[in-house]
Amino acid sequence: MKLGNYIIKRSLLMLLVMFGVVAIVFAIVHVIPADPVGALLGGNAPPAVVDRMKEQLGLNKPLFIQFIDYIWGVIHGNLGNSIQSGRPVVQDIMEYFPVTLQLSIVAIFISIILGIFLGIFSAVYRNKWIDHFSRIFSILGVSMPVFWTGLILLLVFYYILGWLPGTGQLSLFVIPPERITGMILVDSLLTGNWEAFWNGLRHIILPAAVLGYAATASIARITRASMLDVLTQDYIRTAKAKGMSKKVVIYRHALKNALIPVVTIIGLTFGGLLEGAVLTETVFGLPGLGRYIVNALLNLDYPAIMGGTLFIALIYSLVNLSVDLIYAMLDPRMRA
Amino acid sequence: MILEKVSEFMEKRKPIFEDWKHTFYLWRKTKLATVGTIIVLIFVVVAIIGPLFVPYDPIVQNMKDRLQPPSFQHFFGTDQFGRDIFSRVISGAMIEVEIIIIVSMISGGIGLILGVLAGYFGGVVDEVLMRTTDMFLAFPGLILAMAFAAMLGPSLINTIIAISLVGWTVFARLARAEAMKVKNQPYIESIKALGAGKTRIISLHVTPMCISPVLVQLTLRMGTVILTAASLGFLGLGVRPPLPEWGAMVSDGRSFLVEQWWISTFPGIAIAIVVLGFNLLGDGLRDIMDPRLRR
Amino acid sequence: MNDVLLEVKNLRVVFHTYRGIVQALDDVSFTIHRNERVGIIGETGCGKSVTSLAIMRLIEPPGEIVNGEIIFEGKDLVKLNENSLNTIRGKEISMIFQEPLSSLNPVMKVGFQIGESISKVKNISIKASQKFVRDALKAVDLDPERVVNLYPSELSGGMAQRVMISMALSTNPKLMIADEPTSALDVTIQAQIMNLLDELVSKMKNTVILITHDLGVAAQFCDKILIMYAGTIVEFAETKELFENPLHPYTKGLLKAIPKVGNKNKIVGIPGSVPDLVNPPRGCRFHPRCPFAMEICKIEKPTLKTESQDHLVSCHLYR
Repeated sequence: MKLGNYIIKRSLLMLLVMFGVVAIVFAIVHVIPADPVGALLGGNAPPAVVDRMKEQLGLNKPLFIQFIDYIWGVIHGNLGNSIQSGRPVVQDIMEYFPVTLQLSIVAIFISIILGIFLGIFSAVYRNKWIDHFSRIFSILGVSMPVFWTGLILLLVFYYILGWLPGTGQLSLFVIPPERITGMILVDSLLTGNWEAFWNGLRHIILPAAVLGYAATASIARITRASMLDVLTQDYIRTAKAKGMSKKVVIYRHALKNALIPVVTIIGLTFGGLLEGAVLTETVFGLPGLGRYIVNALLNLDYPAIMGGTLFIALIYSLVNLSVDLIYAMLDPRMRA
Repeated sequence: MILEKVSEFMEKRKPIFEDWKHTFYLWRKTKLATVGTIIVLIFVVVAIIGPLFVPYDPIVQNMKDRLQPPSFQHFFGTDQFGRDIFSRVISGAMIEVEIIIIVSMISGGIGLILGVLAGYFGGVVDEVLMRTTDMFLAFPGLILAMAFAAMLGPSLINTIIAISLVGWTVFARLARAEAMKVKNQPYIESIKALGAGKTRIISLHVTPMCISPVLVQLTLRMGTVILTAASLGFLGLGVRPPLPEWGAMVSDGRSFLVEQWWISTFPGIAIAIVVLGFNLLGDGLRDIMDPRLRR
Repeated sequence: MNDVLLEVKNLRVVFHTYRGIVQALDDVSFTIHRNERVGIIGETGCGKSVTSLAIMRLIEPPGEIVNGEIIFEGKDLVKLNENSLNTIRGKEISMIFQEPLSSLNPVMKVGFQIGESISKVKNISIKASQKFVRDALKAVDLDPERVVNLYPSELSGGMAQRVMISMALSTNPKLMIADEPTSALDVTIQAQIMNLLDELVSKMKNTVILITHDLGVAAQFCDKILIMYAGTIVEFAETKELFENPLHPYTKGLLKAIPKVGNKNKIVGIPGSVPDLVNPPRGCRFHPRCPFAMEICKIEKPTLKTESQDHLVSCHLYR
């Protein structure tokens, strides 16, 4: 019952937060002075043209009315039309987002697996060279700028060694699978297009590795701390006193207990992945939501900026909400 | 006489000294933190005195020396405008230091003031502040910073403003938690009973107690600040050329990557090393602060 | 009867801390014979738990065994590697701990945890060990059908200690170490647990080391008593001899400090407090608190010497 109340409370809070998020996005675009029409038409457009453009975009109305209009649109799933593409922003997002989603999913698998193993090694060999090595290795991941790591990997694995394909989602000679989910790997599996699957997989290795490696450090860190905490518990001493081997003590007795707090960090990690996706998509030329937002920002495409940022915030908040709920369910005090 | 005073002073504050001694012992034992501290110190020294010793002007173009590979004349080679990359990387350190210091002052300052007020007064003020931070924290930090920076227009000062506007929430929450702890201490009660006004209590007794956790958190986030600034620079939303900001320099070299790899490589290495230094220091600090690991 | 099972020789254990090196055990030597029940008694921090962990080779960094031998059935445990130790832990020597609830793994069912021990010793699968698990639980008066499927958080403290005992004795070890098995439990449960332990150990003829700070419990359960103070052994004798004829000033002080029913005299404590083991007193570690301290006590450390038949004491008063 406690859990039920918690879910309701968290969901209501999220609604309020989303309202605030819309307000922030609106304020960024409308209150901070910059000139969208000027950017669109160039500095020397005649005043009459500027006025007509403003009217088209609804920028001539009072700010408050514009805000109400926008909120009304958001509630009805209408984020306006992109100035650049001329299409509804929602439609653009639906096209670009699956690319980001696919990249993030592969990356988060890499970071969870890598992070948990590094964390365990660090904890078990605390203050030995393995610990130092694995900590430096994971911290290096979060310290190297993602855009630079991506460039260097492209240089080495594509240009110099030629082991992996370059930018983009698929090579030009590969026939893309029919669009079902928008995620190339999933669609090619569903349609049995093995050539596209293999090619897509080879294309995603570098960006996902760059992104996943960057997100490893926080997972490795919390796994290490949690594992160190668990390893000093009385029941671990009992297991050792029973003559259990080191492997059994670590993987059977300690790991299960140590992984519970790791769940909490995954939500935050996902935020880091979305940030990193903006940069990796730019470097690797992937048509994802991150690159969509960057393009919108560079061209002051207001509806696309607002819609894209809003959507990212929504996804991020939903992930955090579900992580909180999962953790609440894992916590025995909440279950009771 | 003086010695007596000193020893009396030491005796009174023995627990504090013991705690410092313990912290220092932990810091020395945390090898990674020591390494991080050294990297950061070198970075700061290079930023301050480096520009005095650079061999070439970091800004002025010199087209006849363009795209030279690394050599004894140009340690890191030259870029497409013939500028010495070594000189630019060294001069760029000061830009990163400026960004770190000003961002820390603005976001730490805003966070501290709002956090202390919310924590001290509670009620509606607190509720409004907490929900506002929730709203800011609903965005992945870089994406919000990108939006701010793009709308403000790309420049050094706007990069600083954008990163500060995104970063203050964490410090506000910290200062609030600390202020709530402090305001219930008996000594605040007794100062109130003595008739001290709110302004005096908040500014002289509550705020100073909230500064040290905020400072620690600021240190922990300095690596992220550099990365955010560099990312904005790379995307063309931050510091613009010809200023030698490291992220923008990586971006400059992108189209020359295959033939002239050095243009992008060296500024990237500089970012990685400095951020690594801050992160190692931060990781060590977290270990030292973590009561579970503090044995 | 006089066959030696465990011999500890010149054991020194230190802990490295920021304040300096803590000398937790200083030159500890004693011998335990088969089927004996030996009580190790002392105040908190005197090194009794460290002694038991050292025998299990469970001293971990920052702690370290710097010197000495622990000879168990002819093998020096200090020299054995992890793999060989794991054939002894649980099978030849088993241990129960002070906090039964936190000593059981919270995410594993009781039946699994006991089965793990049995399966290792009998070299069978954990599944196949379940019928032995039921016998082991019956032996400690728990309802096997109910308890095997419970998680530790669903047990009371007394039940949990019974589970620990069944786990420790299910492999019929030659030596069992009980580290303050009852101090975390209610007084009424304490008696039940000690009686249960007494009954089981009599039946199975295990050798037992009982670590406690409770002289009363030790007097009832143990054949011999070893008194420790600040990381050293001060006296070692048969229980009756020790209570009737204590030799060391510290032992005498301890016995005076026991409240007795009907005794109207004021309880006399031992003046002073336990020394800091980073800078232990020179000479005899008890001398700052000793009413009989002499000049030599401040300079020379006394050694453990046989004073009379099977009665050892470490004090300059006895030459």
